[in-house]
Amino acid sequence: MESKKSEGESSRSRISALVVDDDAIIRKIHKAMLQQVFNMDAKSVKDGKEAVDLHRCGANFDIIFMDKEMPIMDGHEATKELRGMGVKSMIVGITTRADEKDREEFLAAGSNHCFEKPLNRAKVEQVLHDHPNFPF
Amino acid sequence: MDGLVQLQKQLVDYTASLFREGFLDDQFNQLQQLQDESNPEFVVEVVTLFFEDAERLLNELSKTLDSSFPNRGQASIDFKKLDAHVHQLKGSSSSIGAQRVHSVCISFRNSCEEQNVEGCLKNLQQVRHEYSLVKTKLETLFRMEKQILEAAG
Repeated sequence: MESKKSEGESSRSRISALVVDDDAIIRKIHKAMLQQVFNMDAKSVKDGKEAVDLHRCGANFDIIFMDKEMPIMDGHEATKELRGMGVKSMIVGITTRADEKDREEFLAAGSNHCFEKPLNRAKVEQVLHDHPNFPF
Repeated sequence: MDGLVQLQKQLVDYTASLFREGFLDDQFNQLQQLQDESNPEFVVEVVTLFFEDAERLLNELSKTLDSSFPNRGQASIDFKKLDAHVHQLKGSSSSIGAQRVHSVCISFRNSCEEQNVEGCLKNLQQVRHEYSLVKTKLETLFRMEKQILEAAG
């Protein structure tokens, strides 16, 4: 993985990631990609509320991949809630609609990035490239 | 050995045709790249999940649309529910690279947004058709891969 840092990498602990999506297929694919291609320590949950609850119980992740449309608590709401709790993780919004409105809402809620589904290798590489000092 | 080489060539040609005809896109390549010795069945597992999910969603879509006919029409259709099902199918089809199913889902969501009953019915028929085609194609692909593994011993 070319874009993923340099020396010192091996001594740094693995990036921890949380995939938040109500679709089991997407959770499986994204988790496998983050683990196998990016060597991340990846977990997944099926809606925004589960992500918030996990953080309330003390969990912490370097990066959160947050779906937009989910039952119980959607991605915008969960992002706002997490930021309100002081969560500093990088949050990447993932949406099926590529329109500006969705993107702006995600960024306004506190996400650092927003991409159209599907999340793929190039998009994750872009996030890591845009934040060379990540994890913060 | 000649037989094995021939099977491999058939598989390469068949896979290329699926990309050429737009059934699959690069996302499917990415899935294949995630398959390795530690996870040898990854693609089949993900695609099987997709089949199960898509069939459930197509049934839900049919039920939601059928419930509005013959007498009730637009006013009785739960477009929000319809859109939520299409949204799920759109997400999972794009994640496995089922490009033609995904394209119909985009049009289907527009019809839901416009509350266009005719458009929704047409899109449902089309998405069923595209799903059935890609399912058959992927099953054939997996059968060919299995034959190669068996022939290779």
